[in-house]
Amino acid sequence: MTLTFLNVFAAVLIAIAFVAANAAYLVWCERKGAGFIQRRPGPTENGPWGLLQPPVDGIKLMTKQLLIPGGVDKIIFMVAPVLAMFPTLISFVTIPFSETIVAHNMNIGVLMIFVFGSMSAMALLMGGWSSRNKYAMISSVRAVSQAVAYEIPMLVTTITVVMIAGSLDLMEIVHKQSGGFWHWNIWPLQNGLYNILMPVSFLIFFICSLAETNRAPFDLGEAESELVAGFHTEYSSMGFGLFFMGEYANIVIGACLTTILFLGGWDCPLGLFPGVWWFLLKIYALIFTFIWIRWTFPRTTIYNLLNLSWKVLIPISLFNLLLTAGLLKVF
Amino acid sequence: MFRYFSELWTGVWSLAVGMGITFVEFFKPKITLHYPHESLKMSARYRGHIQLIGDEEGKPLCVVCGMCEKACPSNCISISGEKPEGSKKKVLTSYQLDFTKCSLCGSCVDSCNFKAVEFSKEYNLASTRKEDYHFDLLKRLEERKQ
Amino acid sequence: MNEPVVLQPDETFVLNVGPQHPATHGVLRVKMTMDGEYIYDAETVIGYIHRMHEKMAENRTYTQYLPNLSRLDYLSAMAYCHGYVLAVEKAAAIEVPERAEYIRAITVEMNRISSHLVWFGAFVMDLGGFSPLMYAFDDREQILDLLEGVTGSRLTYCYFRFGGLYNDIDDDFITGTRQFIKRMRKALKMYRNLVTNNIILMTRLKEIGPISVDLCQRYGATGPVARGSGINYDVRRNEAYSVYPEFDFDVPVFTEGDSYARYNVRMEEMEQSLRIIEQGLDKLPDGPVNPEKKIKTVKLPPGDYYTAVEAGRGSFGIRIVSDGDKSPYRLKLRSPTYSNMHLFDEACRGMLIADALAFMGSLDLVIPEMDR
Repeated sequence: MTLTFLNVFAAVLIAIAFVAANAAYLVWCERKGAGFIQRRPGPTENGPWGLLQPPVDGIKLMTKQLLIPGGVDKIIFMVAPVLAMFPTLISFVTIPFSETIVAHNMNIGVLMIFVFGSMSAMALLMGGWSSRNKYAMISSVRAVSQAVAYEIPMLVTTITVVMIAGSLDLMEIVHKQSGGFWHWNIWPLQNGLYNILMPVSFLIFFICSLAETNRAPFDLGEAESELVAGFHTEYSSMGFGLFFMGEYANIVIGACLTTILFLGGWDCPLGLFPGVWWFLLKIYALIFTFIWIRWTFPRTTIYNLLNLSWKVLIPISLFNLLLTAGLLKVF
Repeated sequence: MFRYFSELWTGVWSLAVGMGITFVEFFKPKITLHYPHESLKMSARYRGHIQLIGDEEGKPLCVVCGMCEKACPSNCISISGEKPEGSKKKVLTSYQLDFTKCSLCGSCVDSCNFKAVEFSKEYNLASTRKEDYHFDLLKRLEERKQ
Repeated sequence: MNEPVVLQPDETFVLNVGPQHPATHGVLRVKMTMDGEYIYDAETVIGYIHRMHEKMAENRTYTQYLPNLSRLDYLSAMAYCHGYVLAVEKAAAIEVPERAEYIRAITVEMNRISSHLVWFGAFVMDLGGFSPLMYAFDDREQILDLLEGVTGSRLTYCYFRFGGLYNDIDDDFITGTRQFIKRMRKALKMYRNLVTNNIILMTRLKEIGPISVDLCQRYGATGPVARGSGINYDVRRNEAYSVYPEFDFDVPVFTEGDSYARYNVRMEEMEQSLRIIEQGLDKLPDGPVNPEKKIKTVKLPPGDYYTAVEAGRGSFGIRIVSDGDKSPYRLKLRSPTYSNMHLFDEACRGMLIADALAFMGSLDLVIPEMDR
């Protein structure tokens, strides 16, 4: 963790390469997972087990004509996909993969990630607004109200965890949970704090990260088989590719954050050999759960979605926050 | 207040049950067929396009009565025959089937009193020209005989 | 969402849900006048797949018209053939052997299950759940394989003939069907756990698209649409035909009138169809499947004949006006989807567009049948 420019630059590059490889191969995982759940094989033709499918898809996307419809607001149209992808890449810089593997640890790590995460809502709005299309605008308006409504419970549960750990630094939060799975933040008792609602908190955070990344069952913005294709209807070639990869990068960030805040980061469940492999195992288990949920449930409507957030998740998470604060004060 | 929580609980439980079902389905064997690496054998009564039935020497059993031509709703069949010297029965000279119009209804097979036509088992015909589907069934019978 | 919404008629725009529909209904065009996300008015434009089946009947003999009926509503084709064959037999007083009647009922009910499975898969896919479609199509594949072993076709069956059937069933079909009944009962239980009791689906469908009894009667809606609103009318029970009086089955009726009620009606109907198939197989008599005298040409005595059967979507009626010739003078097909669809224009006022599309899915439309 020396501060020479070259080291930081190399670390940032590696983080970006990790997330880009993930974004590409998560598509493969999703298609295979979807296939197995539906009792069919998924991609098998390109390469063994279809592993060459993402590069082939990438080549296809890049060789398509980059079509900018007439009458769109050109600057906003072209900036929107970039804004969907790059803040996520940058927020990877602060995530600690293990004790020693982190690009650049900051003592306000949690805040950094949320700052960059909320920029994706802007990208949705810009993408839908600039395409001169009624469907795109309807869906981007819905997507923005969804993003705003679900950021609130996410932040409230994060504040709960930050209160328990006592710092915004991601490495500190993980250090407080080290030593086996009974110390993790998901269980009711850690560090002498008997808060029975912590698993509920974990569930709320998980649901919010599903909603923030526009994943089913909250994917009103994009997979609308009702209204064509949502806010990225007018995008072709790499514009669409960037939105797509941005969504998968957001999924990885969501899984990383959930692991660090609630599941102990790189900690081994039995406290024996902590390391980066446990971190990767946990995030991939969470990503598998994201995929599993997507292919099981139908979509909610916008009213049910907003009702769920404002009438169920926010009251419960606020109650949990007060309970944790009270318990911290008392014990 | 109680209803709020009980509805919440039944809702979350139904989601968990649903997820359990798809998890079990994840590990079950695949049910799709890897066409074209694997292909299916058609059942005995499968309706492909019709074909002539030949006797032991390979000659068609058709006596050119014309019932199939009259029975066809889509006018797919055109058949012609001639009476050779010294024989009472007609001999088939050409049997053209326009498969682009055929609806596989089976009226021709039903109406034949001499059991001269039957359904084939062809299912993977593909071509880029319409003329490839104007079948000459007499020629096909000879090719099958070989 | 429960308070009445006040729509502004002067702030509307027209959204054209065009003939090319992402949802799997067929070529249907709906011109929706929308106020924001609420539908102020809707106008359906039909006729994009009008293939003139009624005119074709005037140029073909009765036997030559048989393949046309499967192409009308290709999902429940057997019921349509059944209706036509019954109409002609009743008019020409042709006797049908009992074994043929039982086999007709069994195959029609299997076709009904297959049609409801397609509806189920496509409907849940419209709502966003992609996996039940695959499971439903796997079950449907068993039905199609069984029917292919008997008739030779998978979708557009031309199996019934005047006075009987094309050919008889064999033992493979009987054992296969009994295995299928066991498998389908397990599958229905799985669909209940995965889809019917799912909280997301329930909030998506409950109280969406309420259809009152008065609306059904004004537009002549039949089938699951009417039975979901409380009208207890099933052609198999109220105007019993063929061998249905021998079977003991219930007609599911739900009174709420929303999309969830229509969904439940169809899921229950699948269970009742399984019961009919079981009883049919148990009571199947031996005997021929064709009358002794082979029927060459059918000529109906002059007159006006009407028969109705219960197809997958409602009451399918067929009216033949004959003047004694080999072809009908006029053949009128009463399409259930035509009546069911048109109540959409009135019922969708004040709905959100996503709800309107879920409502359309619950009406179970097959557009080629509507346009004939």
